[in-house]
Amino acid sequence: MTALSLKNLDISYGDVQITHDVNLDIADGESFALVGESGSGKSTVLKAIAGLAPEWSGEITVLGSSRGHGIDRAFSRQCQMVFQDPYGSLHPRKTVDATLGEALTIHGIGDRNARIEEVMTSVGLDRKFRFRFPHQLSGGQRQRVAIARALMLKPKVLLLDEPTSALDVSVQAEILNLLKRLRREQNLTFLMVTHNLAVVSFLCDRLAVMRQGRIVEIADVADLKRGDLKDPYSRELMQISAAHAN
Amino acid sequence: MSNLLEVENLRVTFPTPRGDLEVVRGISFTLGRERLGIVGESGSGKSMTGRSILQLIRAPGRVTADKLVFDGVDLLKQSERQMRAIRGARISMVMQDPKFSLNPVMTIGEQIAEALLTHQKLPRREVNARVLTMLESVRIADPERVAKLYPHEVSGGMGQRVMIAMMLIPEPDLLIADEPTSALDVSVQAQVLDIIDELVKRKGMGLIFISHDLNLVSSYCDRILVMNTGEVVEECKAGELMAAKHPYTRGLIASIPRLDETRDELPVLDRSAWAKA
Repeated sequence: MTALSLKNLDISYGDVQITHDVNLDIADGESFALVGESGSGKSTVLKAIAGLAPEWSGEITVLGSSRGHGIDRAFSRQCQMVFQDPYGSLHPRKTVDATLGEALTIHGIGDRNARIEEVMTSVGLDRKFRFRFPHQLSGGQRQRVAIARALMLKPKVLLLDEPTSALDVSVQAEILNLLKRLRREQNLTFLMVTHNLAVVSFLCDRLAVMRQGRIVEIADVADLKRGDLKDPYSRELMQISAAHAN
Repeated sequence: MSNLLEVENLRVTFPTPRGDLEVVRGISFTLGRERLGIVGESGSGKSMTGRSILQLIRAPGRVTADKLVFDGVDLLKQSERQMRAIRGARISMVMQDPKFSLNPVMTIGEQIAEALLTHQKLPRREVNARVLTMLESVRIADPERVAKLYPHEVSGGMGQRVMIAMMLIPEPDLLIADEPTSALDVSVQAQVLDIIDELVKRKGMGLIFISHDLNLVSSYCDRILVMNTGEVVEECKAGELMAAKHPYTRGLIASIPRLDETRDELPVLDRSAWAKA
């Protein structure tokens, strides 16, 4: 079954059209990466899916139901987003408890105490962090809170916008392991934006390379590992990454 | 070859309600006209080391050292006024994020010219010429147009090149680059580092390259110091990093995913193994 499908998606900010004719089909349980340099429109695709960039035309379908342009609660229960910068994406004056509980209040879900504890355990956050503020946590702990927040409504699809690029390599490894485990345990579908091809190689099954708002290539991660991408621009990205890794 | 910089038993301390906290704990190294990399995680004290060389640690922070000598000048004995003459002209520093480090209300050309005019008097015509040449040497294609722009009008990669231009125009002897590319894309990263590398080599400067990225550091430096909790745990040649012995260094290397990744789970650092209380 298709978990997430984009058809002829054109996204604009005002007069500027950011993406052109983006088509993607992501299977249920798949982990899919969007790669490309800054300005290629990869984060904008995630924002449009999450409802943060409402000026789009085309079709966005998650688990069989189409998304409208407005706020859609049923959609939010299926699909949640984790942002790049854990320092900027948590409310500085809300405790972890308040941040995690907010989604439950909005959706009128009870059993607050148990659900918050359950989610905190699943992302590996000790109970003692529950009533702390973001500034009392390290970068890795904050990113765990951001992931926990996204998981509060038990979504099926997670949109990940560079989830580890603001973190140290050692902490990045912890968060990548966590994401991999969560996906296995809760049968999640990932759509991840990144410019780090090594992260793609570790966490994803397929990838799409974007350039100037268009998808230039969709390939299996096995192709990436073998260094077998076809498009000249994808090959260039791959070579830059390879040069840095060795 | 004489040493450009000698550091012996450098300590940086900050007072806290629970007593003094030492963030750099007695590190020593020497630097010639070479490229030295300092790597470590957040909180390892690598940035504090860079800042203490330029005497940029503000009170209540304290810097002490048995020796902190730059080209025969004892940096610890310099007055604030004397330090200002050294900063920029002899030692300069490229910061992490161009968005926060450039002056938003001055054009790029004016800012670069200011860096030069602070240290020497030159006729306006010559200043302009040097600003344009400098912008060209950091591979900005259209220097005359870019000189008239404000920082918010350029991309992150271009902003970082502007900052490098500003830091190098007084022709310092030592450049400290503190995470110069972590706010940039991989494709732009390589460009910016190549520029630093080329200019450092051409002018025979010393470079201290501070980063958490082991791969970057090993490809752009001659020698590497690995720092953890304020101490240097390992010192090695860049080419020999992959053969590092200290468990901390090995842990850092192992935790980086590879392009042809086959491991199902990445090893994470067991901090209890070597950390002293």
